[in-house]
Amino acid sequence: MLKYESIRSLTEAAEAKGVKISELVLADQAESMEMSEQELYDRMADSFRVMQESVKEGQKKDQRSTSGLTGGEGWHMNQYAEATNGGLCGPFMTRAIARALAVAGCNASMGRIVAAPTAGSCGILPGCLISLFEDRGFSEHDIVMSMFTAGAFGMVIAANASIAGAQGGCQAECGSASGMAAAALVEVMGGTPTQCGDACAIAIVNQLGLVCDPVAGLVEIPCIKRNVSGLMIAFSSADLALAGIAPKIPVDECIDAMRDVGNVLPAALKETAGGGLAATPTGLKLQEQVFG
Amino acid sequence: MNVFDIIGPVMIGPSSSHTAGAVRIGRVANKLMDDRTPRTVEITLSGSFAQTYRGHGTDKALLAGIMGYHSYAEEIRDALEIAKARGIDYTFVKKDIPGAHPNTAVIRFVLEDGTEGSVQGASVGGGNIRVDLVNGMKVDFNGDYHTMLVMHLDRPGVIASVTSLMRYEYADLNISNFHLSREARGGNAIMTIEIDTLPPDSLIEDIRKLEYVTNALLIRKL
Repeated sequence: MLKYESIRSLTEAAEAKGVKISELVLADQAESMEMSEQELYDRMADSFRVMQESVKEGQKKDQRSTSGLTGGEGWHMNQYAEATNGGLCGPFMTRAIARALAVAGCNASMGRIVAAPTAGSCGILPGCLISLFEDRGFSEHDIVMSMFTAGAFGMVIAANASIAGAQGGCQAECGSASGMAAAALVEVMGGTPTQCGDACAIAIVNQLGLVCDPVAGLVEIPCIKRNVSGLMIAFSSADLALAGIAPKIPVDECIDAMRDVGNVLPAALKETAGGGLAATPTGLKLQEQVFG
Repeated sequence: MNVFDIIGPVMIGPSSSHTAGAVRIGRVANKLMDDRTPRTVEITLSGSFAQTYRGHGTDKALLAGIMGYHSYAEEIRDALEIAKARGIDYTFVKKDIPGAHPNTAVIRFVLEDGTEGSVQGASVGGGNIRVDLVNGMKVDFNGDYHTMLVMHLDRPGVIASVTSLMRYEYADLNISNFHLSREARGGNAIMTIEIDTLPPDSLIEDIRKLEYVTNALLIRKL
């Protein structure tokens, strides 16, 4: 049985056996959950379909959040991507950005989403994976399998640091999601297990210290846009790892650093809406607008 | 923890604590009502729930749970309208409960036959909950297991009679957690018994027949 105590133990076990991390994880989880591999795979495939539906829902022109503070971001980004043939980042990335916005927007409007690892960071993994599936032609099987790698990395992060904004700030939510997504991207692209760990490390490092400061305490501002930065960092980290540019600090030490940074973050910057953007004059005005 | 705790749950947004967790608190009340439709429901929101419930849809989530919907049901969005259509007379009260967890809700219900009941629960993060009070008595469970609540009079030997019954008549059942609380010595008491596997309905019937037991309920895993 795998222990999910370190990323290194996962990557080394996969390298030693010459298999993908996801294959190890699927077999292990089937054993510990006393279910067949096929049952677990089907359940994950269902989650992938929910993610695709979230994208569709969140890309509607009239998508509005329950509070009324946000809405339509996914639709706007798609319009821009089409009108400009991909804007600055190119068609692939602008479409990926639109997907992350759409899923985060779907969440804000009480739509159905898959927490990955949380509701606040739910746009990053689907934004990355659905883009590989729809725009790069990777098989659904490879994509769904990579979600087991992402999940396993999240388990290690949850065990050694945190995936809750209230405990570790936004680095724990969007940072973790980005690290998980980066690992999954590398696996789908045919990278080695070690490169999966490298990509995760780089993504976490790039969001270290990110605070959780939601305006009015709602999962909207800045959460929706931070799903975009998390997605961009996941892609760039995966590319760095695949290019062979390894992180200088090993992934497990990066996760420990994230925990230590989270521990010294003041409570005002951990989902209490007491600091950061939430405490700005405009943030307070928006709060007043929603709750009176 | 398993991989679906990370990639999951599938839920209606926007917040695992303020929406998905709220549905689960509502579902405890639904189980307590045996999935019947209440005539009236009064929901007290405390702390962060009171301050931000509208933006997070916490009110809709609680009502949806009370009506038996899961945290992934799209009906949550229309829960207020659905409750009205079912003839449920609901009210929301904002009131701080001293000493309670910041995300706490109290659900009081009255059924058509006049039966009253209440649940106080807290959403403690990631969609997980903790149930603190049932019908005014202290309990301790989170809905991750099948939970049996045994209301009884505080008399010597009642716990032994319940656990012996389980041991000798239902040998497959394993208790994973046990909690007892009472109002006063010799007064009303309640056992919270979490069980690894779903017990047959006959267990509840048999426990209800035991001396000094006033009622027993099974709250299935949420």
